[in-house]
Amino acid sequence: MANTVNPKYEIEEITVDNLVSRSEELIKSGYRFSQANAAYVDEKFELSYSFSNYDNYDLLNLRLVIDTDTEVKSITEVVPAAVFYENEMHELFGVNIVDIALDYKDRLYRIKKECPFGPDKKEEE
Amino acid sequence: MGKRSVIPFGPQHPVLPEPIHLDLVVEDEKIVEAIPSIGFVHRGLESLIDKRDFNQLTYVVERTCGICSFQHGMGYCECVEHIFDVEVPRRARFLRTIWAELSRMHSHLLWAGLLADAFGYENLFYQCWRIREKVLDLHELTAGGRVIFSVNKVGGVIKDIDEDKLKVILDTIKDIEKELKVISKTFFKDYSVQSRLKGVGILTPEQINALGAVGPMARASGVSNDMRSLGYAAYDEIDFEPVVSNDCDCYARCYVRIMEIFQSIDIIRQAIDKIPKEDELAAVIKGNPNGEYFMRLEQPRGEAFYYVKANGKPNLQRMRVRTPTFANVPALCEMLKNTEVADVGILVVTIDPCISCTER
Repeated sequence: MANTVNPKYEIEEITVDNLVSRSEELIKSGYRFSQANAAYVDEKFELSYSFSNYDNYDLLNLRLVIDTDTEVKSITEVVPAAVFYENEMHELFGVNIVDIALDYKDRLYRIKKECPFGPDKKEEE
Repeated sequence: MGKRSVIPFGPQHPVLPEPIHLDLVVEDEKIVEAIPSIGFVHRGLESLIDKRDFNQLTYVVERTCGICSFQHGMGYCECVEHIFDVEVPRRARFLRTIWAELSRMHSHLLWAGLLADAFGYENLFYQCWRIREKVLDLHELTAGGRVIFSVNKVGGVIKDIDEDKLKVILDTIKDIEKELKVISKTFFKDYSVQSRLKGVGILTPEQINALGAVGPMARASGVSNDMRSLGYAAYDEIDFEPVVSNDCDCYARCYVRIMEIFQSIDIIRQAIDKIPKEDELAAVIKGNPNGEYFMRLEQPRGEAFYYVKANGKPNLQRMRVRTPTFANVPALCEMLKNTEVADVGILVVTIDPCISCTER
């Protein structure tokens, strides 16, 4: 029989003030950064930062719900691998992420339209 | 410290299969830093949630990649099925497993050929791609397409593989196994191959963890992590262990992928042996999805991440794909440090980059 695992799967709601510190805690406790993504839902941004564990496959998603103009400090100082993800959220959605270690200045994807996944797009429709 | 200069590498380069650009900061021939740029082929597939409903998106996500097309479709469907909390029929789960492993074989053989081409071993390149054709023939036989399968749907699959075709699969993978044993000796034992791959592009398990690398990249550095262990499709009924190497170099990444082709052959045999004779192909899906789920699956290049958020309407609120290459680029940049410019081509190939996937 297969040696399958039964990992934890959680969504933990956090605030913009403890995003960096919580990310650092997770990295120090053996988690690795898996992904980050944004969604524009009910006129707010929902940011999800996912961390998982190589050994037991646990998945913990940090969930941040913010107004569209809220400033979010980048986690790249504690999670260098988040560079592409945060640039993507900024460029495609217009999430106001500051202090990204390597800021592509909206040129990660070389697209003409500004924030094509963000609030303006929804308003146009 | 020598004089520093910057060498632009890609997005078009003879050894690059995919459009990634690297600014290589070098001192003499030694690379001290690599700054990546992507974004040359961004398609905005995720934005199609506004124009296509959750069923139609199955066919959109399949077009994320021409190599792991089936696995994208499966990952998306499994994610939506979790939101519906629907049980996929057992036969459909085994069919998905068979197609997923055929895709892995085709992807790894394609990669092995590209690697051989990158270090100038053209005969080996031809042999890998000749064998790969047999897998593509199986794709065509079972799904009707060599690249895009279009067999997944939310709830199961839309095509069956009958007994005669299952026998053809068994006969063909037996031939492939025999031929693969011959060429794997060249990959593992040949002096010129070893001289290009051994000790090059070291990534320690600590670096893998810090940079979040996935798939064969991680397993080649001693990290035993394979998302198939989560038991999606029919992997909960398949006996397998992740292929791991502790050598941490390009040779280890080659070893892991070649051995994973043999592993895929074994998994297909187990799946064909255990597949139920008669069963439905798909569960009945009523209504629209309402909820969210983060789905992880093991594509040929490593862990892919699917996120779906829905509010009970036909169109999703958000569909996000994080491909394995997206996660492996930071590890590539770290791996390039302190290597020679002449090794860059091989180092880039050993992460098995799929930038079209990455850009979506």
